Amino acid sequence: MQHYLDFERPVAELESKIKELRRLSESDGVNIVEEVGRLETKLDRLLVQTYTKLTPWQKTQVARHPERPHTSRYIAQLIEDFVPLAGDRLYGEDHALIAGLGAFDGRSVVVMGHEKGSDTESRVRHNFGMARPEGYRKAARLMRLAGRFGLPVISLVDTSGAYPGVGAEERGQAEAIARSIETCLQIQVPFVSVVIGEGGSGGAIAIAVADRVLMLEHAVYSVISPEGCASILWRGGDQAEAAAAAMKLTASDLVGLEVVDEVVKEPLGGAHRDPAATVAEVGRALARALSGLEERKPGELLRARRDKFMGMGRLG
Amino acid sequence: MSWLSDLALPKIRDLVRKTQTEETLWTKCHGCEQMIFHRDLEAAMNVCPHCGFHMRIAPDVRLRALFGDGGFTVIELPRVKADPLRFRDRKRYPDRIREARVRTGRRDAIVVAHGEIGSRPVVCAILDFDFMGGSMGTAVGEAIVAAARLARLQEGALVIFSASGGARMQEGILSLMQMARTTAAIAELKEAGLPYISVMTNPTTGGVTASFAMLGDVSIAEPGAIIGFAGARVIEETIREKLPDGFQRAEYLLEHGMLDMVAPRSELRRRIASLLRHLMPVRSREGALLPVPANDAEEAAPA
Ligand SMILES: [Zn+2]
Repeated sequence: MQHYLDFERPVAELESKIKELRRLSESDGVNIVEEVGRLETKLDRLLVQTYTKLTPWQKTQVARHPERPHTSRYIAQLIEDFVPLAGDRLYGEDHALIAGLGAFDGRSVVVMGHEKGSDTESRVRHNFGMARPEGYRKAARLMRLAGRFGLPVISLVDTSGAYPGVGAEERGQAEAIARSIETCLQIQVPFVSVVIGEGGSGGAIAIAVADRVLMLEHAVYSVISPEGCASILWRGGDQAEAAAAAMKLTASDLVGLEVVDEVVKEPLGGAHRDPAATVAEVGRALARALSGLEERKPGELLRARRDKFMGMGRLG
Repeated sequence: MSWLSDLALPKIRDLVRKTQTEETLWTKCHGCEQMIFHRDLEAAMNVCPHCGFHMRIAPDVRLRALFGDGGFTVIELPRVKADPLRFRDRKRYPDRIREARVRTGRRDAIVVAHGEIGSRPVVCAILDFDFMGGSMGTAVGEAIVAAARLARLQEGALVIFSASGGARMQEGILSLMQMARTTAAIAELKEAGLPYISVMTNPTTGGVTASFAMLGDVSIAEPGAIIGFAGARVIEETIREKLPDGFQRAEYLLEHGMLDMVAPRSELRRRIASLLRHLMPVRSREGALLPVPANDAEEAAPA
């Protein structure tokens, strides 16, 4: 059963009509090729219309779409000989942030990313992609490992935010995020991040202080969720739509603000309509970004990475 | 009406004025609810003499306490782009900024000054909670970068007093990026072999805690300060349970290993001076390490 977003209702209606016609033609042998063709053209046009002018709030919903490809899908399709690595060596293993070694496009890399899960059981297991301190400490540990062995780092960002829990606070959520950011700014290896879905606040930037930051066309990246922003500044969560627009959280906005380097196009109708094509497109963008970075000297890379982030928000 | 306004009103006005002034002479403690006379409160640097509750303190008072009167120079901070997102919620962001400037007399939520503690150069940055909740936007980020640079130029220590509700939402993603920006500045200071002391005051939360505040070579907090990443209300809504006693208080963080010490305001200068004596040994002209003075006269003077 496909999941449709509210604003996709006309798409859903058209698709069910097409499905129904197909079913009829199979059982009754009625020739409806022409009619189906006509409806499919209409469907494409409708998807183009809808998806070329998504509002920031609609993009937020697309970015959170349950059928959107998540980190494990990217690893399965892009990484060969993947060896998952676990634990922060301090307290525990955090399934909200998965990581390991593997081969990407002919080279060994450290790959990591938030994992939201794809059904009830896996969502609970991965804590809906909301990492605890252990996740960020594991990320920092594996970044250091990458640095030691000269392996490029790929991070995939997809979280509504770091987990707000008692244990997480007691074990130093803030400190873990700060250290992870610090480690991002210390490793002397090529480092590329891709915001594949939701880039939620500190929990996202913790693993995204990279040489190149890519972002999927309908992903969002922001300092707080639109709902959170609305409840604080508008005193009402129902103003999330207005908050989403005010916050400038879309990929094209963020390229304009020079926070994101490159937007990766999604298939017509969003990543959830064609996960395989989405992941392949991200793979091509990642390969280009990494080869560009590999030509540079390690010391230069780190200098440039620090300068890039130190310049963010500077006048002129 | 006229006879009243001519004769009686001035007297009534005087009466009203008197009670108002009297009220401002007394402050009610948030900790024990006792009234504290303003001179007692000032003398105790806004710490309740009855129960030790640490109230907010103006950045300039803190600077005087740390460096002594006239012992510091406030630096002019680099300008940043006003309203980079052209943000508007129920109010326009530039209007909120203007109001905060009028109220505090400050350009943004931070003050940076330099001076000396125990003959060591020290750069000090103080976040001002009264300015939009001490929130970190590009101006605060820029100031932290400037403070770290100045400390490197002067081969001095960096001391940051944090008080912040977190990121400046009106600057959106740019405020999030200040977490990386300030962390980079701190990393370079540390690589230059210079100490960074983080002092967390009430409250220190969100993106400020999850960046420079938690990266001190030494981490200190004032008693009772709320320190954390997520807000208590958000956590309560997520876990649907009551939070443990003292949750996110300085003493709780100390117990959980997240701080080096909780130090009362009156002791901060002495503690910082001791730390700097150990972390920044002063050498003789020949390069020999000078002995650490146990308690030199300058240091012993009450701040
Ligand atoms: Zn009191």
